[in-house]
Amino acid sequence: MTNPVFERIQQDLSENDVVLYMKGTPMFPQCGFSAAVVQVLSDLGVKFKGIDILVDPSLRDGIKQFTNWPTLPQLYVKGEFVGGCDIVREMAGNGELAQLFKDKGVATKQ
Amino acid sequence: MTIRAAIERKLTAGLAPERLEVIDDSHRHLGHAGHHPDGESHFTVEIVSHAFAGKSRVERHRLVNALLAEELAERVHALALRTLTPDEAGRG
Repeated sequence: MTNPVFERIQQDLSENDVVLYMKGTPMFPQCGFSAAVVQVLSDLGVKFKGIDILVDPSLRDGIKQFTNWPTLPQLYVKGEFVGGCDIVREMAGNGELAQLFKDKGVATKQ
Repeated sequence: MTIRAAIERKLTAGLAPERLEVIDDSHRHLGHAGHHPDGESHFTVEIVSHAFAGKSRVERHRLVNALLAEELAERVHALALRTLTPDEAGRG
């Protein structure tokens, strides 16, 4: 567990309540699955930091190891891994995601 | 063996599912990043198994991802998952 990228990930997670590791940027997602999660977060009015892993191959591999999760995007709330696109969409659909943000004290527009 | 057959075999062996559906969506991603010229790069998998009981969504997906680590590392670019217990599937 001495991957230097992990330190950077830890720092991003401690400095930002909601972090989305994704392909592309929130304005210009480069993948349909990343775009779908950006849409969900935007619909809820949640402020988040999008981190484009395409610009940094070490981060791209590092985040997969860090989370023990083979795919992107990956959503973190208050340092805790929530899931990838399927999980986020499922939770958005049944209201669990809005509840999670509420429980964690993250502001939404509702 | 096709990738699809390999996925079915590994999930059947690992999870003893009551229901398993492996759908090859690759044609819907023609020309997208990660698309393989021979297809079999994008899959949707729906699994109903007792193995998911008492596990969170993340734990369930990790279980599936671990069984398919080889496929995910190489050919498979995207794997959409729906993981249910028999109880949840009955309610759905």
